[in-house]
Amino acid sequence: MPWRRLIITGALVLPLIGILAYGFYRDPRYIPSPMVGKVAPPFTLTLFNGDRLGLADVRGKVVFVNFWASWCPPCRAEARELEAAWQKFKNDNVVFVGVQLQDSKENGIAFIKEFNITYPTGLDISGRIAIDYGIWGIPETFFIDAAGRITYKHVGSLGPAIIAAKINEARQGLVSVKEGRGEYQSIR
Amino acid sequence: MTAGVGYVSIFLALLCALWGIIAPILAQRTRNERFFAGARAAILGQFVFVTLGASALIYGLVMTDFSIKYVAMNTTRATPVYYRVTGLWGALEGSLLLWEWILIIFSALVAWIYKDRHRELMPWVLMIFSVVSTFFLAVVAFASNPFETVFPVPLDGRGLNPLLEDANMMTHPPLLYTGFVGLTVPYAFAMAALIVGRLDESWIVTTRRWTITAWFFLTMGNLVGAWWSYHVLGWGGYWAWDPVENAAFMPWLPATAFLHSVQVQERRRMLKVWNLSLIIIAFSLTIFGTFLTRSGVLSSIHAFSNGPVGGVFLAFLALILLVSFGLLVYRADHFKEQQQLDSMVSRESAFLLNNVVLVSALFTIFLGTIFPLISEAVAGVPVSVGAPYFNWVTVPLFLLLVFLMAVGPMIAWRRASWDNLRRNFLWPAAASLMIGLVLSGVWIREFLSLLGFTLCTFVVATILFDTALAVLARRRVAGEGIFTALATLARRNQRRYGGLVVHLGIVLITLGIAGSMSYSVERQATLGQGETLAIGAYRIRFEGLRGSEQPTHYRVEGAFQVFNNGHALGLFSPALKFFPNQQSPVGRAVHRSSFSEDLYLILSGFSEIENNRATLKVLVRPLVVWIWLGGVVIALGTLVAIWPFRKDRGWKMEG
Repeated sequence: MPWRRLIITGALVLPLIGILAYGFYRDPRYIPSPMVGKVAPPFTLTLFNGDRLGLADVRGKVVFVNFWASWCPPCRAEARELEAAWQKFKNDNVVFVGVQLQDSKENGIAFIKEFNITYPTGLDISGRIAIDYGIWGIPETFFIDAAGRITYKHVGSLGPAIIAAKINEARQGLVSVKEGRGEYQSIR
Repeated sequence: MTAGVGYVSIFLALLCALWGIIAPILAQRTRNERFFAGARAAILGQFVFVTLGASALIYGLVMTDFSIKYVAMNTTRATPVYYRVTGLWGALEGSLLLWEWILIIFSALVAWIYKDRHRELMPWVLMIFSVVSTFFLAVVAFASNPFETVFPVPLDGRGLNPLLEDANMMTHPPLLYTGFVGLTVPYAFAMAALIVGRLDESWIVTTRRWTITAWFFLTMGNLVGAWWSYHVLGWGGYWAWDPVENAAFMPWLPATAFLHSVQVQERRRMLKVWNLSLIIIAFSLTIFGTFLTRSGVLSSIHAFSNGPVGGVFLAFLALILLVSFGLLVYRADHFKEQQQLDSMVSRESAFLLNNVVLVSALFTIFLGTIFPLISEAVAGVPVSVGAPYFNWVTVPLFLLLVFLMAVGPMIAWRRASWDNLRRNFLWPAAASLMIGLVLSGVWIREFLSLLGFTLCTFVVATILFDTALAVLARRRVAGEGIFTALATLARRNQRRYGGLVVHLGIVLITLGIAGSMSYSVERQATLGQGETLAIGAYRIRFEGLRGSEQPTHYRVEGAFQVFNNGHALGLFSPALKFFPNQQSPVGRAVHRSSFSEDLYLILSGFSEIENNRATLKVLVRPLVVWIWLGGVVIALGTLVAIWPFRKDRGWKMEG
């Protein structure tokens, strides 16, 4: 048996197979957000009730910024959870902001009514805020700590456990290593 | 019921396939002829049962039997019969069944044609077929079952991806699969030769036509895929170096190299290990391609479904590589007495260089394709490798190939004399240099495309010159007219003249690619009603938008009046189609082809219909049509090369 040559063959083939197998452990569409750990881009949003809310005005609080649209199924899926979480945290120095994008104001107001959403919400008419935050699909949610730093980004719909855990981390100023993802829906 | 018949057939076929693996081994052990007959019966059994299974699925699709999940996913009651049939390869499960079906048709043909020949090789050839077939049948039976049923039975199905509803659906996937599967034939013979230890030229001579046939289907599959992309996908291009395209293209490179290098082995008994390696690599790449498209390990614009089959294909790929190359190095001692190259200026070395270039192209494309994986595994950084890399590294290699296409067929074997070189190349080289000079003076300024055009004329000139000399000789010797002389030449040396015609086809494709890569013009503008956009000699006036409800979708059409130098060319209406279950609209581009250039209109957006403003993207792409015409020429050349002019020597050796 030419063992040496057989071993050399194996030594050439197996690393290749290994590299290809490694592909199963990664998501080729995963592009980590460079925003996590950085200062959140400032914005001012005109709310549905006519008020204006600036990110700078709520400095010192934990801010939960959720990007959504009325036509997006996972946004509908998470809407009740978000309102429930808002009811739970609203007296704990936490602010929720809903940024509606690629949608009309009428649809937005109907959506708010349907899900009884009471936290501040408004339409990002120009899409400027979404661009600043590098929104790629919706829903996407950013957690911002009291110092104005993004501590966590979540792609896809959110559940109560993650919301509570990440608000808690944001309070302590802990930055997540990786962005999270729930059920994913692209807006393309 | 249909599902039951289909699934049971697949199982019975799998049993036959397993017997097909065992029988040749028993035949070898016991020296009993009956087991060899058993190996052939196993192939026949698989052929019958797989055909039954595939027919069951087609029947289910045509009769819209929605109790079969695959049928429900890929047809609707409204789907025309044509697309119901093509639904067989509309998704993963059916595609694998089609693959297996083509494989077993090839196997049955081989078993039948060589039933009295190659007594030593055939049991092992059939065993290799059964091994590959076992793999595909097992995947179809256990990992990706097209006969899975649903209950309750849905009232209507979901239907094909709208992009697949195109006439090319009938051609592109089956052509490509046939090309992939066709490579199994030379691979099986190569493996059989390795197992038996008979490493002479017989396996190569036997499989020559099979290899050419597989190569032809591979070429056509890729070209029709490019044509489909150009005509249907509506982005104005035909090739994007997407991983899935690379996966389809990569086997073509070693297959092309193999077609050339086997001639060196036939003539000079050289390159034995090299040829075996090439065919192993080509065959492995067909499995690798399926792994790549179906595993989801790389990001691709082709949205194929990811199933559990990725891992299974990877395991099979590992098995093939280890066993094949293991066997090759195990037998390496048989390859000792090799001949040496006599001279660097000879046909052998031209073919060898052609092989080196093709394999280098394969390596760079392979590296670029899997580089995102390597980068993330080694450095932890995800990267993407795009068209600029591929163009940058492959264009020089392909230009070198074009040059070799002129030299290889004309240069002498063993050692080319000055006389040989002068006779074959002096006039063609002078003519193409002249044309190159004229082109550079007139309108071509870019170096690479100038080089490309000059090399293309060099190839054409050598072929015309050589053929003209041969025709003149026939006139002198036999007094034949030009066409009779051409026919005699082609018949007497069909591989050579078929090959030269194929080369002409490749030249046309090169012209088309060079023209459209280097001289495309593109403009995009948002137009109000009555406004015009000018591009080159064209003026395009926007006439208005129209929305209409179609059976399966809502369509927004833009009407554009097109003028070429003031002549009205008529109304062009590119459209966007909105399918209810698709997230983004599907574009329908329109274009007008001529021999010199294509005008390509894409509606890339519009404001609300009442506003009547449309964003239009226009491309003028020169010479694209020659790519498709080149494909036709290649088909003709292949026919010349493999047409059975002489019955008696049909699939045996010649030339």
